[in-house]
Amino acid sequence: METKLLSEFYHLDEFRFLDGYKKHGGYVNLAKALTMQPQGIIDEVKASGLRGRGGAGFSTGMKWGFLPKNNEPRYLVCNADEGEPGTFKDRLMMERAPHQLIEGMIISAFAVGSKKSYIYVRGEYHFPVQVLEQAIQEAYKAGYLGKNILGSGFDHDMDVYRGAGAYICGEETGLISSLEGQKGQPKLKPPFPAVKGYLQKPTIVNNVETLAAVKYIIRDGAAAYKKYGTEKSPGTKLFSLSGNVRKPGNYEVLLGYPLKDLIENEGGGMKPGRKLKAVIPGGSSAPVLTADEAMKATLDYENLAAAGTMLGSGAVIVIDDSQCMVDMLGVLMHFYHHESCGQCTPCREGTGWLNKIVHSILEGKGRLQDIDLLVKVADNMKGRTICALSDAAALPVLSFVTKFRDEFEFYVREGRSKVRGSFYAQMHH
Amino acid sequence: MLETAKTQFQLSAEGLADVKKELARYETKESAIIPALYVAQKENKGFITTAVIHHLGQVMDIPVSKINEVFKFYTMFNQVPVGKHHVQVCTNISCALEGGRELASHICHELGVKLGQVTNDGRFSVSRVECLGSCGTAPMMQVNDKYYESLTPESAMNILRGMK
Repeated sequence: METKLLSEFYHLDEFRFLDGYKKHGGYVNLAKALTMQPQGIIDEVKASGLRGRGGAGFSTGMKWGFLPKNNEPRYLVCNADEGEPGTFKDRLMMERAPHQLIEGMIISAFAVGSKKSYIYVRGEYHFPVQVLEQAIQEAYKAGYLGKNILGSGFDHDMDVYRGAGAYICGEETGLISSLEGQKGQPKLKPPFPAVKGYLQKPTIVNNVETLAAVKYIIRDGAAAYKKYGTEKSPGTKLFSLSGNVRKPGNYEVLLGYPLKDLIENEGGGMKPGRKLKAVIPGGSSAPVLTADEAMKATLDYENLAAAGTMLGSGAVIVIDDSQCMVDMLGVLMHFYHHESCGQCTPCREGTGWLNKIVHSILEGKGRLQDIDLLVKVADNMKGRTICALSDAAALPVLSFVTKFRDEFEFYVREGRSKVRGSFYAQMHH
Repeated sequence: MLETAKTQFQLSAEGLADVKKELARYETKESAIIPALYVAQKENKGFITTAVIHHLGQVMDIPVSKINEVFKFYTMFNQVPVGKHHVQVCTNISCALEGGRELASHICHELGVKLGQVTNDGRFSVSRVECLGSCGTAPMMQVNDKYYESLTPESAMNILRGMK
């Protein structure tokens, strides 16, 4: 069953506009927050246990706590570069509830003492950008943005920045480089953005869903928010369910919800005559689960970590028994090779080799030792680069090859897919 | 980049005003490079040439090399000519699971082009792209700025045939 905390009013068209948003409690919590002490808001967010919803799952309150305790100007940046394959929740949130994000951002900006924020939206999201820009204008007119917000003495300006098609800009230091008008290449940490970020100033980068959730922590209090979800993964989360299920879509459930229920109840189960083969539970970078593993998994940070994978962005990609895992790994490696920013050798070269090796197997030119070569290359890419893209490419390889080795070996031996009906089988045989 | 001595580019008065506005909008003027490239690409039939980069360098007072490296980094800036309707089909995993690649092949076949090519009449070009965030409504295509979702090969062609 869904638990609609953030998405309660997403079905209402009026919720996209200021009047409709206000009818359903909009900006009441901004007024409440502005009467609180900024440190009190940070403490509340820390106590709520809210974890970053973009992928890393880091404690939001702790991230805010890394800001220097001085009067240096600081920035708040909303990461709306949603690019993790399988993820489409931030798009929904921006299209259906722009003011929810804006209100969450103003509250967060007040808490961290930022007078300027940006929403960095991926370039392809033309419509979300339009919706946000219109909503920001409404917020300015109504006095929720600009000088002396609601008579509190707090000033805040907000603007939207459109990216231009680069997965790497979802990495927070890559995003900052892009916002500064550079190539979107990540930077070595430390210094972390909270200390030196946008224009070398302290900067907090949070995901759309994280910032929107802050509003509900202010509304209900940390103790009430903690009642949702599990002890280590409090709250609700929007899961983007895609792939071979009957009813793909975004579903908001309590963290700790069984993956099986998400697929069978919300997702309507598998298509007629099809069986579950595998699930990627947290976006394409998360190691894949076999059907058996998936049936036992629950959707929270700790359970998925114990299962050797991760919750990531909450993109649940369902793969049925008509799909070829060698083929799917080929799709993923093409992606990571395309998106490597080229700074670090293990990633730039490694993603290229992984892509080449998988595709040579797909073309029927593979050798048995290529399967181990994939593992060797992937192993050498882990933990050796500035950002996590290299690991993100290596993890699917290691999990696909380990868990579905029979399909890889069959492909090499026979020069064709073990699964009839796969794309390569149709195209080449 | 396709270059000939004849290639010339100049922003329209409106485009120039847009670029000037972007230059004043952010904390640093470099942040205006991406928005300016968007403005210029739209005015140069959907792609960027060296002439475009040089013109932007001049009007923005930013080194050409700097604009060029930003241009080359981001995939939404086209380095070769595209059709009036630039069809981008997602072939990443969620779409691939639901027939995104077959959709791309079908569109190419029907339009008589290969990926990356422009039709003879200049109306269409087709390319495959990475995840566009339409995974719950796969397969999908983006034509210029607009998303078309939950497609079948037939429905996609009907949409494209309806474009002038």
